[in-house]
Amino acid sequence: MARDMTDKEILKMELDQLKKEVSTPRTPVGANCQETISFVEGLAADDPLIKGVPDDKNPYKGDKGGCIIT
Amino acid sequence: MCDQTFMAITFGPCDNCSTTSPLMNIYIKNEPTNYCSFCVEMMACQGLLKGETLASLKNESESLKKKLEEERAKLHDVELHQVAEKIEVVSALSIKTRRVLKGHGNKVLCMDWCKDKRRLVSSSQDGKVIVWDGFTLNKEHAVPMPCTWVMACAYAPSGCAIACGGLDNKCSVYPLSLDKNENLAAKKKSVAMHTNYLSGCTFTNSDMQILTSSGDGTCALWDVESGQLLQSFHGHTADVLSLDLAPSETGNTFVSGGCDKKANVWDMRSGQNVQSFETHESDINCVKYYPSGDAFASASDDATCRLYDLRADREVAVYQKDSIIFGVSSLDFSLSGRLLFGGYNDYTINIWDVLKGNRVSMLFGHENRVSTVKVSPDGTSVCSASWDNTLRIWA
Repeated sequence: MARDMTDKEILKMELDQLKKEVSTPRTPVGANCQETISFVEGLAADDPLIKGVPDDKNPYKGDKGGCIIT
Repeated sequence: MCDQTFMAITFGPCDNCSTTSPLMNIYIKNEPTNYCSFCVEMMACQGLLKGETLASLKNESESLKKKLEEERAKLHDVELHQVAEKIEVVSALSIKTRRVLKGHGNKVLCMDWCKDKRRLVSSSQDGKVIVWDGFTLNKEHAVPMPCTWVMACAYAPSGCAIACGGLDNKCSVYPLSLDKNENLAAKKKSVAMHTNYLSGCTFTNSDMQILTSSGDGTCALWDVESGQLLQSFHGHTADVLSLDLAPSETGNTFVSGGCDKKANVWDMRSGQNVQSFETHESDINCVKYYPSGDAFASASDDATCRLYDLRADREVAVYQKDSIIFGVSSLDFSLSGRLLFGGYNDYTINIWDVLKGNRVSMLFGHENRVSTVKVSPDGTSVCSASWDNTLRIWA
């Protein structure tokens, strides 16, 4: 746990982690952004929060006022 | 988060040198021991190789960080919002409050949806965990917890159990039964044991394993049936406030964010910290994977939400505005990943366009800070939990 580690131990841990991270494989931002955008565009047409749901299919839009007393 | 940790000072013989003096309760490799302050200092110096000092380690750390920044900057050829300029703007959203769930006696701290898209579980400072039916507002179960501040709750993928925990340092699993008269509290199963408060919990793809994050700076993977610790994840240097599992198709990783301003991506099998991101200026309150699994976003007390791409290994977007000065406590993505819902401490929910980086809309209604925001599994509605004792469903 970090609370019980001395400053030196914490720094050592961070150092080991950084050494590993410097060598991770990376791809350019432009290519990834393009992929992300095409992913979203593909799904956005079906996103209920963006395109809305017709009132008869939306379970939350019913019950407009009034209560049934029997 | 209120932090009530402190070093308990006892007096007695030291475990190492046997002199009687004020002792510090410390944990050496998870074993509680008592050392006098002199022995603690001596022990701190032992872990170093010859010639290493605090300063030299710091210098090496700084130079590695610089190198990492350079490597990452090489691939930063374009910004996300520049690539997204050609896309159509999101049309005006018609999202309103459709349901207000009242029933908690104090601040609602966390909520989670069930996979059946209508039930949800919420936990509160009053120590109660309530399972609601979102369509009818029916309270199906109410479980009293022995502690207040139940900070985390989660629904099992099967819908047959819930997990919750908080200041009791444990994560407990309650099987839900259809019998209304059954005492749920009696069937409680304590699964996780941490040495500080539980800040987040989530079931993995099955009911059998739980991933937890804690104020003690670690995350852990537990087997529900036996309560055994399967894997623990060390690397954060302060409280871990949130975690999120990668969406199932993309493998066994999860991301965690904490008070050390870092968001770490972990491999669940090896326990290794695979990637780490430190661009926030304050505590990270919430982390959430993007629906595609190749990115994640984090919400922080510095009033920004940031999107990080895992393949490019860098931050690609910052969602902020000069007029927003309150911290973000929670965030979630819409089904397609086009919208980002952020719950803020100024009682509002801001909706951001993920690709273009601008704010699309704001949701008003809560009368105190929003603690959790979650989109339903089918993407038709958003539920928000707030310190005003209510939850709201927006659709």
